[in-house]
Amino acid sequence: MSTGVFRVWQRNLDVYRQNWKISFMPPLLEPLLYLTAFGIGLSGLIGAVDYGGAKITYLAFIAPALLAINIMNNAFFENTYASFVRMYYQKTFDAMMATPLSVEEIITGEIAWGATKSVIATVIMMAILTGFDLIVYPAGLLLIPLAFGAGFAFGAVGMYFTGIVSHIELFNLPFFLFITPMFLFNGTFFPLEGMPMWVRWVAMSLPLTHLVDLSRGFCYGAWIESMLLSLGYLVVFTAVFYPLALWRMRRRLIK
Amino acid sequence: MPDSVVAARQINKMFGSLAAVRDVSFSIRRGECFGILGPNGAGKTTTIRMIYGFSPLTAGSLQVFGMDVSRRAREIKARIGVCQQENTLDPDLTILQNLIVFARYFDIPGHQAKRKAAELLAFMALDHRRHARAIELSGGMIRRIVLARALLNDPELLILDEPTTGLDPQSRHQVWERLYTLRRRGMSILLTTHYMDEASRLCDRIIIMDRGRILVEGKPADLIREHIGKDVLEISEPSTEVRSYLRRQQLTFEDLESRLLVYGGHDDRLYHEISDHFCTEGCIMRTATLEDVFLKLTGRGLRE
Repeated sequence: MSTGVFRVWQRNLDVYRQNWKISFMPPLLEPLLYLTAFGIGLSGLIGAVDYGGAKITYLAFIAPALLAINIMNNAFFENTYASFVRMYYQKTFDAMMATPLSVEEIITGEIAWGATKSVIATVIMMAILTGFDLIVYPAGLLLIPLAFGAGFAFGAVGMYFTGIVSHIELFNLPFFLFITPMFLFNGTFFPLEGMPMWVRWVAMSLPLTHLVDLSRGFCYGAWIESMLLSLGYLVVFTAVFYPLALWRMRRRLIK
Repeated sequence: MPDSVVAARQINKMFGSLAAVRDVSFSIRRGECFGILGPNGAGKTTTIRMIYGFSPLTAGSLQVFGMDVSRRAREIKARIGVCQQENTLDPDLTILQNLIVFARYFDIPGHQAKRKAAELLAFMALDHRRHARAIELSGGMIRRIVLARALLNDPELLILDEPTTGLDPQSRHQVWERLYTLRRRGMSILLTTHYMDEASRLCDRIIIMDRGRILVEGKPADLIREHIGKDVLEISEPSTEVRSYLRRQQLTFEDLESRLLVYGGHDDRLYHEISDHFCTEGCIMRTATLEDVFLKLTGRGLRE
C-alpha cells in the first residue's frame, strides 16, 4: 500500500486538473437547479417540516439531502463508468500492473479518487448552501471528512459492480435499482417518520438514509442519537464492500 | 547475482480445463535476447504474463533475478520493463505526461523523471511530439513511446510482447534499430513474435512453442541447420516424375500439392538437374530460413 495508492490517485488528479473547468460545472449547477425547483417551487406548497421535534423550512430540510445525494452520485459514478472506461477501454490498469503497483493499490487509489470527487463536489455545494445560510459552522466543516468517508463507501460498492459487469451498459441496473430508489426514498425529499413501517425498514437498510441523517446533523449543528447508528452503518458498509471490491477486481484483472 | 535473469522450471498454466502452458522450462541468460515463437494460441503471451505477475502459475517454479515471481512480484516489477501487445498509453494524458506519470509508479523523483523522459523521447526520435496525445499518433510512434515508457526505470530485463505486430516496414525497422542498440548496451531482452525474420535478426536463442509446449530450443542458425539444412529448393507445379525422382534420390521434401520444398544442403548440380528436367513452372533455390523450421514443426494448418 503506501505510496502506490497515492500515485494512482495522483494520476487521476492530473487528468482532472486538465479539465477542471468542465468538471467544475455539474456540482455547481446541479444543486442550484434543485434548490430552485424544490426549495423555491415546492416549499411554498409544503411549508415547514418536523425535524427532531422542531419546525424547519422545506429548503433547510432538503439542502443536506442534496449534499448527501451529491456525495453518493459523484463517487458511485466515478468508480463505475469512469473506472470501467479506464480498466476496459483505456487499459490504464493493465499498464499500471506492469509497474511495481499491485492490484490492491490501483483499486484503492481509484476508490480514494472517487471519494475525492465527492469531496470536491461537496465543497463547491457547501459554498452555495452557505450563501443561502443553510449550513451552521463549525459543525458544517464535518461535512468534508464525511464526504470522503461516505464517498469511499459508495465508491467501494461502485467498484464492486465494476468488478462484476461484463459490459458498460449493465451499469444501468445498479443505477436504476440501487441509486435512483435511494435518491427518492431515503429521507431525502420527505421525512421517513410517518411512513409505513416496511418503507422505513427498507430505507434503514440502505446507505443513503444514513448519509442523509449524518449530513442533516452536520448542517444544522445538531447531534441526534440516530447519528451514531448511521456512522456505524457506513463503517460496516465500507468494511464489507471495500474487501469485496478488491476481491472481484483482483479476480477480474489477474487471470 | 544469478547468471540467469529468468529461470522457468516445468511451468504450467490452466484456464479451467484448458492447458495454456504445459511443462515449459527455459532460462534466459544475462545480456541475451531470447525469443518465444509460436502460432496464435501457442501460449507465448501467457508465458510472459506469468513472468510479470499477471498470471499466477498453476504449477512449476518461475524465478526472475533469482526471486520467486509469486512472492516478490513488486521487487521484480521494479527491475523489468514491459511492452504489452495492446496499446496501453493513457489517452487522457500527453506523451510527455504519460512518461512522467508512469515514472512516478516506479517512485522516480520528478526532476529525474523529466530528464529521463526527454532522453528517451530523443532516443525514439519523438521529441517533436511530446505534447501530442496518443490518438494523434501513428501505430509506429505509439509502439516507440510504449517502448520508451518501458525503459524509464532502466530495466535489467525488457519484455516485449509482439513488438512490431501491425506496423509498416519502416516502423518495424525503427523499432528494431532501437532494440539492436539496447541489446548492444547489454540489456537482457525477452520477446514474443510470430515474425520469423524478427526472431532471426534479434534473438540469440529462441524457443518455438505450439499448443502450450516447447517444440525446440536453440540458436536460430543452429535450428535451421538441424531441421532444414542449408537451403531449400522450391518446385512449382511439380509433376509425378519429379516426385518419384526425389524419392529415388532419397531427398527430404515436403509436398504442398502445388509446390514441393526440398530441404538439405544442395549443390548446383541437383538444382540444374531438376530445373532442366522437371521445372515447367519454375524452380527457386533459396537459403533456408527460420520460417521453414517453424512451418515444418508447427504444421501449415490455420490456427483460428
